[in-house]
Amino acid sequence: MSQPTRSLTQAIATLVSGALFGFGLALSTMIQPEVVLQFLRFENYGLMLVMGGAVLVTLVAYKGLPRITKAPLLGGQFQQHASQWNRDTAVGAAIFGLGWGLCGVCPGPAIAALGVGNWDLLWVLAGIALGALFQGIGRQH
Amino acid sequence: MTLATTLFPSGWMHFLAGGLLIGCAVALLFVLTGRVGGMSTVFSTSWSWLVKTPYFLQQRYTESRGWRQIYAAGLVLGAALWWLLVDGGTPQTTQVPAWKLLLGGLLVGYGARLGNGCTSGHGICGLGSLQWPSLMAVLTFMATAFASANLIGRWL
Repeated sequence: MSQPTRSLTQAIATLVSGALFGFGLALSTMIQPEVVLQFLRFENYGLMLVMGGAVLVTLVAYKGLPRITKAPLLGGQFQQHASQWNRDTAVGAAIFGLGWGLCGVCPGPAIAALGVGNWDLLWVLAGIALGALFQGIGRQH
Repeated sequence: MTLATTLFPSGWMHFLAGGLLIGCAVALLFVLTGRVGGMSTVFSTSWSWLVKTPYFLQQRYTESRGWRQIYAAGLVLGAALWWLLVDGGTPQTTQVPAWKLLLGGLLVGYGARLGNGCTSGHGICGLGSLQWPSLMAVLTFMATAFASANLIGRWL
C-alpha cells in the first residue's frame, strides 16, 4: 500500500471504530446523564454491564492480537500507553469523579451527545473543553 | 420483583450489547491501526491546534491530534446513526440543570487531563491492558463520583 492510501484507509478505520463506539454509547444509554446518575446513586447497575462488556472485549484484543499478528493490519505498530500512578493521577482522578458525579457525563458521551441532538449537553462539552484548557495552560510538560 | 428488575429496572440487554460494541470498537481500532484511544485526550490534542505552548505542543499530542479528531467525529456519527435508525430521531434532553453540567464538565475536563485518563482511557483501555495504575485511578474516581452523586448531587 502506498503511503497516501495507507493514511486514508487508517483514517476510514478510525472513523468506523469511532462510529461503533458512539453507537454503543448511545445504545447503552450512557449518553443520558440520568442513567449514569442512577448508577452512581445505586438505583440501576447497568453501567457495570457496559464497562464489563467493553473491558472484556478490549482485554481479549489487547492481550490476544499481538500474539496472532506482529503488526496492525493496516500497518504501523501496536501502541502501548502505559499509565502511571502518581500524585497527578490520584488528584486528577479524584477531581474527575467529583465532576462526573455532579453532571453524569464523561468525555465520550459528551462528544457523542452531539449526534443525538441533545443540545443541553453542550454545557458539559464546553466545560470539559475549558477544563482541559485550564489544566494544560501554564504547564511546561 | 426479581433480582434482575431490582438491579436493572430499565432492562439489561441494551447495556451489555452496548458495552460489547464499545469493546469491539476499541478492538477494531487496535487491530487495524494499533491505536489506543481514550476520549479525554481528544480535548487536549484539539487545543494543540490553537494554543502554542510547550505543554500542548508535546509530541504525543501533535502526533495523534489528527486521528483523534477523526475518532471523535466517528463517535458523533455512530450516535447519530443510532438516533436516526433506532431511536426515531426525537432530540434528547436532560433534566440535569445547566450549572451542574457546566461545573461538572469543568471538573471532568480538568481532572481527566491531570489524571491522564477518563472512563474510557483508564476504565476501558487501561483496565483492558491490565495496568494497575489505571485500576487505582478507576477506584479513585468511582469513590469520588459515588460521594459526589449521592451527597452534593442530592442536596443541591
